Amino acid sequence: MTTTHDQLSTSAEIGGIGHRVRRVEDARFIQGAGNYLDDIKLPGMLHMAILRSPVAHAKILSIDTADALALPGVVAVITGADLEGYNLAWMPTLSGDTQAVLATDKVRFQGQEVAAVIAEDPYTAEDALALIFVDYDDLPAVTNPRQAMEEGAPVIRDDKEGKTDNIVYHWEAGDKELTDRAFAEADVVVSLDTHYPRSHPAPLETCGAVADVNPATGKATIYLTSQAPHAHRTLFALVAGLPEQNIRIISPDIGGGFGNKVPIYPGYVVATAASLVIGKPVKWVESRTENLISTGFARDFHMHGELAVSREGRILGMRTHIWSDQGAFYADAQPSKFRAGLFHICTGSYDFPAAHVVADGAYTNKAPGGVAYRCSFRVTEASYLIERLVQNAAYELGIDPAEFRMKNFIRPEQFPYHSPTGFVYDSGDYHTALQKALDAVDYPNLLKEQEEARQEGRYMGIGIASFTEVVGAGNSRDYDIVGLKMFDSAELRIHPTGKAILKLGVRTQGQGHETTFAQIVANELGIPVTDIAVVEGDTDNTPYGLGTYASRSTPVGGAATAVISRKLREKARKLAAHLLEASDEDLEWEPGRFYIKGAPDKGVTIQDVAFAAYTNMPEGMEPGLEGVHYYDPPNMTYPFGSYVVVVEVDPETGVWKVLRMIAVDDCGVRINPMIVEGQITGGLTEGFAKASMQWITFDDDGNCIGSNLMDYLIPTAWETPRFELDETVTPSPHHPIGAKGVGESATVGSPAAYVNAVIDALRPFGITNIDMPVLPHRVWSAVREAQAG
Amino acid sequence: MEITVTINGQARTSEVQPRKLLVDYIRTDAELTGTHIGCDTTSCGACTVLLDGVPVKSCTVFAVQANGKSVTTVEGLKQNGRLHPIQDAFKEYHGLQCGFCTPAMMLVGTALLEKNPDPSEDDVRWAISGNICRCTGYVNIVKSIQGAGKAIQALASGQAS
Repeated sequence: MTTTHDQLSTSAEIGGIGHRVRRVEDARFIQGAGNYLDDIKLPGMLHMAILRSPVAHAKILSIDTADALALPGVVAVITGADLEGYNLAWMPTLSGDTQAVLATDKVRFQGQEVAAVIAEDPYTAEDALALIFVDYDDLPAVTNPRQAMEEGAPVIRDDKEGKTDNIVYHWEAGDKELTDRAFAEADVVVSLDTHYPRSHPAPLETCGAVADVNPATGKATIYLTSQAPHAHRTLFALVAGLPEQNIRIISPDIGGGFGNKVPIYPGYVVATAASLVIGKPVKWVESRTENLISTGFARDFHMHGELAVSREGRILGMRTHIWSDQGAFYADAQPSKFRAGLFHICTGSYDFPAAHVVADGAYTNKAPGGVAYRCSFRVTEASYLIERLVQNAAYELGIDPAEFRMKNFIRPEQFPYHSPTGFVYDSGDYHTALQKALDAVDYPNLLKEQEEARQEGRYMGIGIASFTEVVGAGNSRDYDIVGLKMFDSAELRIHPTGKAILKLGVRTQGQGHETTFAQIVANELGIPVTDIAVVEGDTDNTPYGLGTYASRSTPVGGAATAVISRKLREKARKLAAHLLEASDEDLEWEPGRFYIKGAPDKGVTIQDVAFAAYTNMPEGMEPGLEGVHYYDPPNMTYPFGSYVVVVEVDPETGVWKVLRMIAVDDCGVRINPMIVEGQITGGLTEGFAKASMQWITFDDDGNCIGSNLMDYLIPTAWETPRFELDETVTPSPHHPIGAKGVGESATVGSPAAYVNAVIDALRPFGITNIDMPVLPHRVWSAVREAQAG
Repeated sequence: MEITVTINGQARTSEVQPRKLLVDYIRTDAELTGTHIGCDTTSCGACTVLLDGVPVKSCTVFAVQANGKSVTTVEGLKQNGRLHPIQDAFKEYHGLQCGFCTPAMMLVGTALLEKNPDPSEDDVRWAISGNICRCTGYVNIVKSIQGAGKAIQALASGQAS
């Protein structure tokens, strides 16, 4: 066990790994000088607005655009029929399905794109939408995957030849036979049925595009709110048939992503097509309602889980069946091998031999997406299910939930640990993390306090979640998105004056890459952070990569940065040897400087060496000091942690309040502890949001209830609990600097902790489950039902 | 309609459509893009500016309603080439991540500190409860505003002595 402070190998001036370096990118943001998508203004730029379906499922009988086109200021009105002429009415999704760009035959969810207006200003474009007349013939809507899979359910994807049902996929993982045997031998089987509700990442900046196709050269410069600009460039080449060298995707400053900015949306394609045809730049920025009703949703898993347990308190096996609501188009961004994402990590932090996962995905008349909202490919749903089951199993056996966890955790000496569904956990120390969290609340005393409170008629609850994540895709053998292998890259150039520029294939959306990745270079080469510029998000000026989501930037892009820095250091060593007239084996390195072994005063700085790379290289050496590295990770990284939440529930109103929230996180080596802590408090808040209020729901006709921020509730500072953070540091053994991803740990791990706490408070009523969000009326109803017996 | 609005100390007279939202006037007509748009229901607060010193959500004010008034946006925080203490504090306390809510949070913070130079955590949380942040969990925004309050007080006492 090490602590962050043991990692400091550079001075504060250099600011390498472990330093709380203040963020480089802040200078522009605090002055309102960021450059977000909507801030882009090009000469002659036109504005686009999209007409959307008011109903969830209907045939389109006709579309009349004449009045809209006649409105002064309107340049064009585009329908699916127009796009068909360019073979653009449909586009491929990141999961190998197809999605309508503008609907031609029928609409399949409320909010689906039907037509687009291009006008001289945004107000006119909006006005013209009201002048487009669409005749719809309503069809029955399907709003639930179980209903979608029933015999005789209306077929949503009749555009797919021969499709007679709504099944998207059936997928299994683990060993069924072994698992069945474990259940046959079990003393106790605990089961849970729960719905992980549909949610939306809702970054504060909505999605948008500015497409600028130069009619003279054919070069398409497309500004895009994109978490994955390189992958998007390739997909644009495939969708629009544009030569890839003529496509430049620029992902400007991004106002939060959380998975919402991973997919390609119809608006991007229509804006590009419009610019191509009209020959002028076209801007499209969606409204908040458009964002919530049509772009990448998350979760929506109906889950059944079972744990087989021995009387002595050992977990023997796990069985789970999930029904995934995919919406009208299968537009998840999952690695292609894994149809249900990485849900099969659902054995969590526990050591048991048998598990079997069945996953069924179904089309419904709801928006497509299935994005990993601050999550690595469905690991959030997996972590929630096991942590809820473990608590209920402990209750069933009459064992304290903390003790039950300690008894079943994978032990430190078992790493690398081979899980029953095929993962190889890289490192962990789950007992220490949980113990730290328990000590922080003085657990034995807290249990007494809870008992006393119960006697006074107060309902205090303690919830634990000891999560394990799997982040940092790939390796390329197992992980790809539509065939694109999940590696990432870093290009480092050291200029003659010793300053550096680092270019990456990933794309920050607030994670602080301009600071943390500079810190990695600073650590490896001793060049101060303030001398390093980090560039991302422009495909003409950065090396290829799969982008930033699923906590993969540090595990993959960060690793690439460390490796290329080390490669350049080796070249620098040769240059230093030349300058010092010594052999390179005779040189020692300290951050920022080579010196002759045994003669520390005889040395050259990295800046001296950089200058020599351009002015005084040895005979035969390639000039310059730069290089690019493509990093294909040997394995994922497995961050983990233990969270303890204390709540008090008022059974008369159903209102619950968080009294304490302790979060012990282990993400391996922390590059910038300040930024890591910021990621964690953000994630804990989003976890609280999902546990308490945040969901997208629909009525039986497929109308979206939650289409604006008055109905889709997001916690403000007032509702958000206070957090107490702590850490353990268990480095990743295979990552060049021992780091793991962290941006999503708290969103993944914390929902179960909050819900477990509420359920624990309600134990005297015999309540074992309330689905998220645990709204006061749900608590109130559960208590009333329990009292009615 | 012709309106005159003083933005960050500079009077600006122009023709606007009566329906034009103040936020669009600020972003498009005055070309000050530090004020952001995050929703269309006055819920997120990203478009907050100070109208005669009072925080308003500029997506729910018409530009014509600002006629004859003074507007302060994030671009007006810096004075005489020096960052406002609240700008320094947001950097120092890591009060921002993606930066999209930041201009509004800083303006609400300055308005609070005008009335209450030494706010408690609850005071700050209540003051910013009309502004959504999706990245930070608010912890460091609260610290930034409190830190700015202390810095402003220290500056004032330094000037007094």
